[in-house]
Amino acid sequence: MAESEKAPTTRRDVLRGLGGALGAALAVGALGRRPAAEGEALAAPSRPLADARPQAAANAAPLTSDPLAQEDVLVRMERELTRALAKPREQRRWVMVIDLRKCVGCSACTVACVAENKLPPGVVYRPVLEEEIGTYPNVTRKFVPRPCMQCDNPPCTLVCPVHATWKNEDGVVVVDYDQCIGCRYCITACPYGARTFDFGHFYTSGTPQGVPSLLGQDAADDYERLANAEYGESWPRSGGDESPVGNVRKCHFCLHRLAEGMLPACVTTCIGRATLFGDANDPDSLVAEMIAKPNVMRLKEEMGTAPRVYYLL
Amino acid sequence: MAKHASRLNRFFWILAIVAFGVGLYGLYSRIAFGHTRANYGSYVPWGLWVAAYIYMIGLSAGAFLFSTLVYVFNIRRVSSEGTVAAPAVGLADGAAFERERLEQVGKLALFTALVTLVGALICIWLDLGHPERAWKLALQTSFRSVMGWMIWLYAAYFVLLLVELWLAMRADLAARSDQSALARFLTFGRRDVSEAAQAGDRRVLRILGSLGVVLAVAFHGSVGAIFGVVAARPYWNSALTPIIFLAGALLSGGALLTFITAIWGPEPGSETHRNLMRFLGQIVLGLLAFDVLLEWAEFSIGLWNASPGESASLQLVLFGQYWWVFWIVHVGFGVIVPAILLIFLRRKVWAAATAGALIAVTFLTVRLNIVVPGLAIPELPGLEAAFHGPGLTTHYVPSLSEWLLFIWAVGLASLIFLIGRRVLPIIHTER
Repeated sequence: MAESEKAPTTRRDVLRGLGGALGAALAVGALGRRPAAEGEALAAPSRPLADARPQAAANAAPLTSDPLAQEDVLVRMERELTRALAKPREQRRWVMVIDLRKCVGCSACTVACVAENKLPPGVVYRPVLEEEIGTYPNVTRKFVPRPCMQCDNPPCTLVCPVHATWKNEDGVVVVDYDQCIGCRYCITACPYGARTFDFGHFYTSGTPQGVPSLLGQDAADDYERLANAEYGESWPRSGGDESPVGNVRKCHFCLHRLAEGMLPACVTTCIGRATLFGDANDPDSLVAEMIAKPNVMRLKEEMGTAPRVYYLL
Repeated sequence: MAKHASRLNRFFWILAIVAFGVGLYGLYSRIAFGHTRANYGSYVPWGLWVAAYIYMIGLSAGAFLFSTLVYVFNIRRVSSEGTVAAPAVGLADGAAFERERLEQVGKLALFTALVTLVGALICIWLDLGHPERAWKLALQTSFRSVMGWMIWLYAAYFVLLLVELWLAMRADLAARSDQSALARFLTFGRRDVSEAAQAGDRRVLRILGSLGVVLAVAFHGSVGAIFGVVAARPYWNSALTPIIFLAGALLSGGALLTFITAIWGPEPGSETHRNLMRFLGQIVLGLLAFDVLLEWAEFSIGLWNASPGESASLQLVLFGQYWWVFWIVHVGFGVIVPAILLIFLRRKVWAAATAGALIAVTFLTVRLNIVVPGLAIPELPGLEAAFHGPGLTTHYVPSLSEWLLFIWAVGLASLIFLIGRRVLPIIHTER
């Protein structure tokens, strides 16, 4: 399935190229290495591409691109993002697709999100849920990253008593930190547990004070006091109870990064390229291609929340 | 009983002062450390303070609805059997005397409703992440949210309570304005104590009380609806939820009023007082039976439908780590013991008073068992284990700071009640 995520026209070419390369490699192995030692003969088929590429390129004429020089999906998504940003906001439909077959459960997305949004202890936008299925020897582990679903029918925005959270023109569920009173009703209403409350904790609280203040809490917590850039504004944590402390916080598809033409932090950091992002209203986009597949599902679809996060099984 | 009552009165003064004093630490902790000392988190976002809020607001709505027995439904006397005599048209002297006693219970009920409302509002106000923004609830309300409706309904209820209480006390305040500057001030210039003026007061009281019945049902129903509408929490998401809230309010508020009447009611030890206590005790018993019926409906349907979402919460209540909160505190001391007292010892004032106190106090556990188990079931399997940090757990026990703040709010409400009873003409026989 890896190839299927690239441009559809290249798949056949790649396979043909691979086939040619493999054939050439076998030929080389058969002709050139017959007298070689047994160990070498066994090793040869395991590295056919490296050995056989020149022949493959020569033999398989229709090969349009080097299989190892395939375009990273990130490059494609960046390009599509630029295209989407040129459109009026209400015509974009931001969608996230998470390929569960590719997710290895490394939690790099979770950590990238914490770093990007300077999340304090207890606030998390995108944990990775882990589940062990089956018993030995038929056992596997399933990893489900869970960002905000950015539902098209969000139950969380309706319950807010002060208009502090809503779906913006891009279709992203946002929170106005200056308006939120911190009643946490929306947390109870989200069926995905995607909202967390900023209690005002610091990672460095309770750690020793340094003398002189080069080490220790007073210096180490500088990082924690830096402002994040959520919603395109500056939200420093001074240590008091100013917002976002005392507010409900959630994943916002890194709107502040999107505005600068950058993909969400979790997408760029995913080592397996399991998280895809883009404008589903663009029929040529990678996400539009992915969500049209039969093996796509959404969490708790029966609730009618219409999530914008899709999972590939 | 009169002597007991005054001794108990002193005991409760001490208790209230101690609760207020000890609880001050909880207030300090909330102000100095914000929410960091609280044990509720992001997966159980509502804890003791929300439970305390719906508990006390239920007491308020219940006590208020009891006051309407006097002001709206015109119950004027209770017989020695504790039953209600039909509203008398032409009152004999004795009946008029008794009506006055009942009206005092009406005032007591209104005042109880007011102080419990104050306690409830303090708990929920300090539960907010940004209490300084509470004004937004009133001025930037979203009426798509049940909570938005609730704010307006209880703001109206608060005003109505104040006006009703003032009207109920006005004649007495006017009569006392010669001796007391406070009473003179509180009449706000209306010192007409003629029979016509008092009849006018009663008429307005009756209209306000009728309005109040609707308002109290609407506003406490909306508190229940806050929970009932949350589809993400199957345990709450039921049309029965607002009804259970109302039944619970009537029961707990009535029970509290029964207890309060025993100690601070008119003429403890008199025949009228005994009749009154029997009357209140029998109403509470009826409400207890009704509440148990609704509880049975909720638990039996929820468990037998075998839908894991709802039954998981119910299993937690019945057989979870805190099973004793339900079985011992609620069923044992909140249902069985009071029922025995009210059925077999219904002629004893102390029995009705004890039953009332037990029901009223243990009802906090009913409220806790609504709020917490609904939240303590992870919405997605594995959510708890996915990321670690403060508040990212479904296990919840209130912290010391949370308990102390709650105790402070109860202490404050009790002190307002005790001081009010001294300085305001709520019950004037003891003056």
